[in-house]
Amino acid sequence: MTETAGPDKVRSAEEIGLSAREAAAAPPEGAAETAPPRDVASWAKKVERLEVEQRDGVRGTNVAGRRLTGPVQGFGKMWQKTYRMNVGPQITPEQAIGVWRQHFPEFWPKGNRFAGALTGVNPGDVALLDLAIGGGVKLSTGVFVLYADSESFTLMTPQGHMFAGWITFMAEREGDDTMVQAQVLMRANDPIYELGMMFGGHRKEDKFWTATLTALGQRLGVPDPVVQVRSTCVDSKRQWRHAGNIWHNSAVRSVFQTIAAPFNRMLRRDKGATSSTA
Amino acid sequence: MTAPAITMDVRRVGDSVAVVDIKGEVTAACEPVLMSAYEAAGPETSRLVLNFAGLEYMNSGGIGMLVTLLVRANRQRQQLAAYGLSEHYREIFELTRLDEAIIIYETEESALNGVAR
Repeated sequence: MTETAGPDKVRSAEEIGLSAREAAAAPPEGAAETAPPRDVASWAKKVERLEVEQRDGVRGTNVAGRRLTGPVQGFGKMWQKTYRMNVGPQITPEQAIGVWRQHFPEFWPKGNRFAGALTGVNPGDVALLDLAIGGGVKLSTGVFVLYADSESFTLMTPQGHMFAGWITFMAEREGDDTMVQAQVLMRANDPIYELGMMFGGHRKEDKFWTATLTALGQRLGVPDPVVQVRSTCVDSKRQWRHAGNIWHNSAVRSVFQTIAAPFNRMLRRDKGATSSTA
Repeated sequence: MTAPAITMDVRRVGDSVAVVDIKGEVTAACEPVLMSAYEAAGPETSRLVLNFAGLEYMNSGGIGMLVTLLVRANRQRQQLAAYGLSEHYREIFELTRLDEAIIIYETEESALNGVAR
């Protein structure tokens, strides 16, 4: 045996409706069979490929029909990046996550767009993203809400996204204070993105999430938000068997979509004119 | 951070196979417990079987923790398998595509037969 049960066990039994005696008597296997686990509503339902409708303000390409990708499916080195901020004793973890889930796009740095559901961040939602990657090009991709509860939520990326993995946003008590945190567990999705991460991508990502947490801190009333950044290389091996992910690269596709956009507009205009004169 | 509500008992089955019986809540907080169980299985283990029959709760932090276990196991050229997952948790493994790296079996017997091949 390596560890003993902690106080959370009693609370969890109460939450799933068991009395203390039932909880003590029932073997865990039996509990799992008779009552659904309390995390059921927090997880998204299984999907094979993403489905999404067009949303205002974003291009909305490179998402529909894509599969989700976790760190297992990525190409590059595996990183765990943690961005953490103390928001003080007044805000509870539930309040912090409530605000974050409800107003998620508002905390993103300028120049980036997150078009999610109007109701906030909920399990199974697909959000469309336009990310500024320089040179006037917007990288169009998306994220899938994998998990959401009152103290955390997790986004998972689709094929073609810069990285394969997930980002977990959470809040917890540490002593008297509440800490909020964004944690990315990722591999660059393909060799092009891996090169990009090596040459400035990691720095850019750190800047992005630091700015996001700072904006959240300001919304929560923190006078001078300080974000701690910690990066750990979990696996230094690259998964060459996934180099073919390059086919789905949304950055490359976004460049072509940006170049083609004026021609597509012209074609649509011509088609409209033809059909109105016919 | 509260103490993790979990136990992980390690059983040796033969020379190179170890079974980890997971009971309780799998969250990021139980990473030290899982890693202790992994260490207890020892370097002589070439196949590690996770028994999830006692799993009561898992959040996304728990899935992330399993990925880091997978990385450690791959580094040691150890094979990872799982059994005892309810339909709900099996779907989560499929949704997160963790099932592509951790082979899922229905029972301990089939898991042990499967990893023995």
